[in-house]
Amino acid sequence: MWDWLQWFTHMGNSKVAALGIFFALFVGILFYVFGQKQRSERLESYKYMPFEDDDTLPTNDSEHKGTQDERD
Amino acid sequence: MAAIEQYNYDIVRKFSIMALIWGALGMSAGLYIALELAFPLMNFDIPELTFGRLRPVHTTLVIFGFGGSALFATSYYIVQRTCQARLFSKSLANFTFWGWQSIVVLGAISYVLGYSQGREYAEFAWPLDLLITVVWIAYLVIYVQTVRHRSQPHIYVANWFFLAFILATALLHVFNNLAVPVSMFSMTSYSAFSGVQDAMTQWWYGHNAVGFFLTAAFLGMMYYFVPKQAGRPVYSYRLSIIHFWALVFLYMWAGAHHLHWTALPDWTSTLAATFSIMLLLPSWGGMINGIMTLSGAWDKLRSDPIMLFLITALSFYGMSTFEGPLMALKSVNALSHYTDWTIGHVHSGALGWVAMVTFGSMYHLIPRLYDTDMYSKKLMYVHFFLASIGIVLYITALWVAGIGQGLMLRGFDEYGNLAYSFIETVIFLKQPYIWRAIGGAFFLAGMLVMIYNVFVTIGRAKKEVEILEAKIAAKLASA
Repeated sequence: MWDWLQWFTHMGNSKVAALGIFFALFVGILFYVFGQKQRSERLESYKYMPFEDDDTLPTNDSEHKGTQDERD
Repeated sequence: MAAIEQYNYDIVRKFSIMALIWGALGMSAGLYIALELAFPLMNFDIPELTFGRLRPVHTTLVIFGFGGSALFATSYYIVQRTCQARLFSKSLANFTFWGWQSIVVLGAISYVLGYSQGREYAEFAWPLDLLITVVWIAYLVIYVQTVRHRSQPHIYVANWFFLAFILATALLHVFNNLAVPVSMFSMTSYSAFSGVQDAMTQWWYGHNAVGFFLTAAFLGMMYYFVPKQAGRPVYSYRLSIIHFWALVFLYMWAGAHHLHWTALPDWTSTLAATFSIMLLLPSWGGMINGIMTLSGAWDKLRSDPIMLFLITALSFYGMSTFEGPLMALKSVNALSHYTDWTIGHVHSGALGWVAMVTFGSMYHLIPRLYDTDMYSKKLMYVHFFLASIGIVLYITALWVAGIGQGLMLRGFDEYGNLAYSFIETVIFLKQPYIWRAIGGAFFLAGMLVMIYNVFVTIGRAKKEVEILEAKIAAKLASA
């Protein structure tokens, strides 16, 4: 019943099988990431995530405390 | 202040400070052993001070003390900020802090006393290996639980890199350290593997420690702090996804390139070299993604020392991930292996990429943790130039040392005899070793400047809080 598994135990077969599986997987990831315009836009929207939680520090110049060099 | 209360910043502060302290101690140990190689009398015939014992102290303090603490700090910060969720379990987080610091201290003491497993970057004796496993499981639980309780629907790519780092390090640590202790009360143990399998396990671990501990995790750092400091999002999020999957898949196969021309089967060696060459693609994809984040804002390099640290780090990442595949080629490896070129390559990655990206991230992080600004921008520039000069001196000295040494070791005279005796190669190495130590001293000086700048910043922030509290108390009293 499990004889077909023997096929994989031969390096000549398993190397080709692994190459096929991983190549297909990589192409699949590429297709997933770049294949559809809407999905691409959704994925690119995630790059703004670090900015969604703003710092507690004031960012405009009037509130900027300045380094010691700038104070000097 | 609301956001500071919202997140657990206390644990981030503790790990950040310890990262700097371990950095200074580890680099000092590194400088000392570099001087020992140039001036062997610095052993003073004291076993505890010999190169063999101090070298793992250096690597453990810089990799696990400095790098590890910086990764705990930044990952705990990033996971909270990008998931908009408080870190899971304050007590468990504190356990990871005290556990990790104990491991580094006990490891260093045990090496000086002569206890070592003799496995590179995994010299910890078996009881410490068990403690590392427990702390690491706690780290995984904290990270996964924080991600599970996120307010954001998506998990930001930096967290993918951190999760891959935590999972891969767990896997590597457990299998590399499978050993049988001599007895319950002995620090000595014997590896579960033997011969070439043992070597293969060691270098599967060793290379992936570089791949996941010193690369993937620091890329997580890069994917958060470069966009934050540049004030613009990462160049391409889709490229970061390809970068992630390609990198985590390819790295696992490359370890055997450390064992070219040994008893390891030739096909394993070829497979590792092939995967090493392929690794160039995701590595450079990630580097380009990071550098291009600054596209349209290159002027920041003129005014922002933090950006200088981060972009220089990415440049060194690109350079060392080009040099790595080159050295993984069997023909190049025949010259470079067993020479100081390898040590130079490691340090172009460790100082140029790992340390520089950590410095940039810490300069971004520390003022935010203490709600203040850095004490001195000038000192940040001083640090940057000391570090940069130090790296260049270090790696060029070891290129000269390594390539010269390699050529001498395989030089033949007209009769087919070895052209040089071993001692001639040692004499040749002395001068580059001195230059290497000078480079290391520059880098350490920069680290000390940073510690001064950070500690004054923290002191000033505490003073500001005290003044503010006194003002509020005075106002309340007069009301």
